[in-house]
Amino acid sequence: MNLEAVKLAAANNVWSAIFPEMMLGCIALLLLVLEMLLPPKHHEVIPDVAAAGLFGTLIGLIINWHPIWIGSETFNGLIRHTEAGQVMRGFFLTSALLVCLLARLTLRRQAMPRIEFYHIVLVVTAAMMLLAQSNHFVMLFVALETLTIGLYILVSYFRTSTASLEAGLKYLLMGALSSGMLLFGIVLLYGVAGNPTLPAQSTQPLHYPELARFLAANPHHFLASLGIVFILAGVAFKIGAFPFQIWVPDVYQGAPTPVTAFLAVASKGAGFAVLLALCGAHGVFSAYAWLTTPILTAMAAATILFGNIAALTQHNVKRLIGLSGVSHAGFLILGVVASQTVPMAVGAIYFYLFAYLIASFAVFGVMSHLAGADDSDQELEHYSGLAKDSPFLATVLAVGLGSLAGIPPLAGFMGKLFVLMAAFQSGARWLLAIAALGVVISIYYYFGWIKAAFFETWTPPAESGGAPARPARTSVAPSTGLLLGALALASIALGFYQGPWGEWLARP
Amino acid sequence: MSPFLTDPLLIAIAAPLVLALAIALGLTKRWSVRLAYGAFSVPFLAALHVWWHYAAAPKMGGYAFLTRYSTGLDGLGIGLKLGLNGISLPLFVMAGIVGLAAGLYALQSQAERLKIYVMMLLIMQGGLMGVFASVDVFYIYFFHELALIPTFIMVGIWGGRDRSYAAMKMTIYLTVGAMISLVGLIALYVKSGAHTFDLIALRAHLAAHPLSVTLQHNIFGLLIFGFGILVSLWPLHTWAPLGYGAAPSANAMLHAGVLKKFGLYGLIQVAGPLLPAGAWHWAQPLAWVAVIGNILIVGLVTIAQRDLKQMIGYSSVMHMGYAFLGIAAGSALGVGGVVMMMVAHGLSVALLFMLATSIYHRTQSFAMDEMGGLAQPAPVLAACFVAATFASIGLPGFANFWGELMVFIALWKFAPLITILAVSGVVISAIYGLRSVARIFFGPATEQMKAVAAKHPPVDLRWSEKAPVLILLAALLFIGFWPKSMSQAINETLATMSFREPAAPTQALPR
Repeated sequence: MNLEAVKLAAANNVWSAIFPEMMLGCIALLLLVLEMLLPPKHHEVIPDVAAAGLFGTLIGLIINWHPIWIGSETFNGLIRHTEAGQVMRGFFLTSALLVCLLARLTLRRQAMPRIEFYHIVLVVTAAMMLLAQSNHFVMLFVALETLTIGLYILVSYFRTSTASLEAGLKYLLMGALSSGMLLFGIVLLYGVAGNPTLPAQSTQPLHYPELARFLAANPHHFLASLGIVFILAGVAFKIGAFPFQIWVPDVYQGAPTPVTAFLAVASKGAGFAVLLALCGAHGVFSAYAWLTTPILTAMAAATILFGNIAALTQHNVKRLIGLSGVSHAGFLILGVVASQTVPMAVGAIYFYLFAYLIASFAVFGVMSHLAGADDSDQELEHYSGLAKDSPFLATVLAVGLGSLAGIPPLAGFMGKLFVLMAAFQSGARWLLAIAALGVVISIYYYFGWIKAAFFETWTPPAESGGAPARPARTSVAPSTGLLLGALALASIALGFYQGPWGEWLARP
Repeated sequence: MSPFLTDPLLIAIAAPLVLALAIALGLTKRWSVRLAYGAFSVPFLAALHVWWHYAAAPKMGGYAFLTRYSTGLDGLGIGLKLGLNGISLPLFVMAGIVGLAAGLYALQSQAERLKIYVMMLLIMQGGLMGVFASVDVFYIYFFHELALIPTFIMVGIWGGRDRSYAAMKMTIYLTVGAMISLVGLIALYVKSGAHTFDLIALRAHLAAHPLSVTLQHNIFGLLIFGFGILVSLWPLHTWAPLGYGAAPSANAMLHAGVLKKFGLYGLIQVAGPLLPAGAWHWAQPLAWVAVIGNILIVGLVTIAQRDLKQMIGYSSVMHMGYAFLGIAAGSALGVGGVVMMMVAHGLSVALLFMLATSIYHRTQSFAMDEMGGLAQPAPVLAACFVAATFASIGLPGFANFWGELMVFIALWKFAPLITILAVSGVVISAIYGLRSVARIFFGPATEQMKAVAAKHPPVDLRWSEKAPVLILLAALLFIGFWPKSMSQAINETLATMSFREPAAPTQALPR
């Protein structure tokens, strides 16, 4: 490529458009520099720097909510800036901020380096934000790999714990497999769309609009549909949809609790941002709706049923919430299916994601606080009598779980309602029936957890001299209390009043 | 002044909820209890206020006191629209009265962790007022679910025997019912094409463009199945006696008395008028299930009960059968009768549940075989229980009489055979009602009763118990002797609604 072409390409770079991502990268580096410069006794300010940086970036994003490049492509079509992209950026920043706050609780109990944890969280967040705005399969793959590799490290971060290492290895193997499938699908599409004998062939077949144009001109090409199926399989791995959910329980159990939260919320959100860009109403694969709709429909039904039924028998709360997260992924796929015909479904998915974020972090916060030295050992029995020892934590837990279960008046109910309304409008009746069944099943295990925390049950007296069955309960620090209380209140408030969110949702 | 502060309906909903939130945020126990007296009185006073002013209030689309608050979902046709028509007004008033009685009783009770207990009851009360004050179908559902949550927790924490099992069973059943009715309501929303949950707009839209007959059949089927579970339609009623048997009394009063009426209310206010062809299609099967299942089978099961609370629970399931019959009969007379019955049943069953707990405090048992002779040491309790039983059987002088009478008259036009079977159910309720009175209060005391009485000599009703009893009894008698106070509003509204019979509305209700 000659110099002129490079100059031409660079002219399209609007660096200020990805200022939040660059900001996160700089802060991530700053953390490492601070670790070198500051004496060890001052190292506890470094997590604060990470949290403050995330918060500042979030505020900056909100202030610049409508930059002029919304709706246009930058970086030669690698990135496309949309309002949905802004929403997802806010989503990732919020969840990363909460992960950093939870990590302070969890990392305190472990003797291991801490700064790298925050560093990786920031880098992963930046990758997610780019992923949600990618407009090109190369961008998609690079961002996805950055985030996945970061998560490999985070999952096995507790390197003294075998459970964590096992989870890391499993996640690595499964992640590599899924990346491979994704890449294989991309390559197939690249090859097909670049074939000069086919109509509408393109010299830039990985650029979304170009590819969409090609697919629209060849709506039943076998190799293209094979590529699409592989890409969907790769994405399904990331969001933990049936039949690619097998890694979920073990990885969620072994990973440090904040990382579990990060996987459950942010990583899943990233997967859905990709899925919407690919399979939504004006997505890349919209010409292949004849293929994607049945696949996603079957996947949604199976995911909802599998997640809920498998969660019924779990005793470890991390596995339980992992499998319940699988069923939530099913609900979101239901929204994606609906979004192909019903515009409101897109807003419903984003609302659902935010409601899920708030509720999940309330639950994960309580889990992080109650966990003992062995982070993977969090059993349902450990919650017995929680309401008596700490009514506050029990209430936060109940609100969070209630919202996840979709009980009015909490935010989770509104999310489910919007998705169900969209699904009905799109005509997916049977899926709706399965979703309703899923809600009923989920009540059993969510309320089983609440029951463990609230209802007094007779327990056999502990053998004298034996170690206490559950980790000792400590009082809630004011900052943690404030965070958890705010999350619980947000779940309630968003259930009663949707305000601008609702208007954004219902926009034509 | 801001409309927030002068809207009696919003105040009635918000007062309990605000206090519940304040308690959750850490109000002290002392102030929680003190302020709770106020928070239970406010809905009661608001209810009396709107009852008094309803006739003269300006009405729009049949609703008085209309206000609307946006929650940001206007684009989806969802908004907090409050108002009362002739169907919701009596129930709103009843919810205020029963709520005050249950609240007073709970505040005087010596429940453990009283603060959370009161908080739960406040959430329930706020939700109940919201159910009947909402004009938006979405919010009717929303407030119902809000009021339902505390039931699970209250049964689980303060419940009696089998509480954990009862709480879970109740929750699963009620969630199934709620989800099915939610799907039905979404179907109504989407298929009507009006894209609004506002009941007034929906009615106008569907009057102009009725749904196809098949759709009406299907949606009404979904709704009757979902609402039916919530109202304990046979054979999906088994959660009710179990749950009420285990529930603490204040919770049972509010749930059996008021909250359970949501399903019937939904059928009368939403499903019936909007889907007349569906109502006609399902009337015969519904009537047969109600009369054979709810009235006769459950009636006989009620006779067989030895446990007082279980007996009241089953009897309430049985009485729901009459309500379903009135809905099946479908005329303005039948539906008006159901509204009257819902009010009367709510008051009387709350009274019975409360008195059952009072009896328990004196006998230390719910088993009726182990009681006897309680009338001598506790004559006021005996008199009140007898009155409540008479009301429940439906003797003249109590509100229940008018409701059942109207249902039977309407039913005769609809299906004489069913009417005969249904009337024989009154005999069943007389049998178990009078027998329980005889067992508990009259005759010689049993050995167990003597043993208990030796340790704790039974005393008569205390004032803390008398106050809620008197409120409920007064309301029952007031409506019993002056039914027009309720029926006028019911009549006016039903006259404007087209039920499935296109015949001219009749001056059916007693004036």
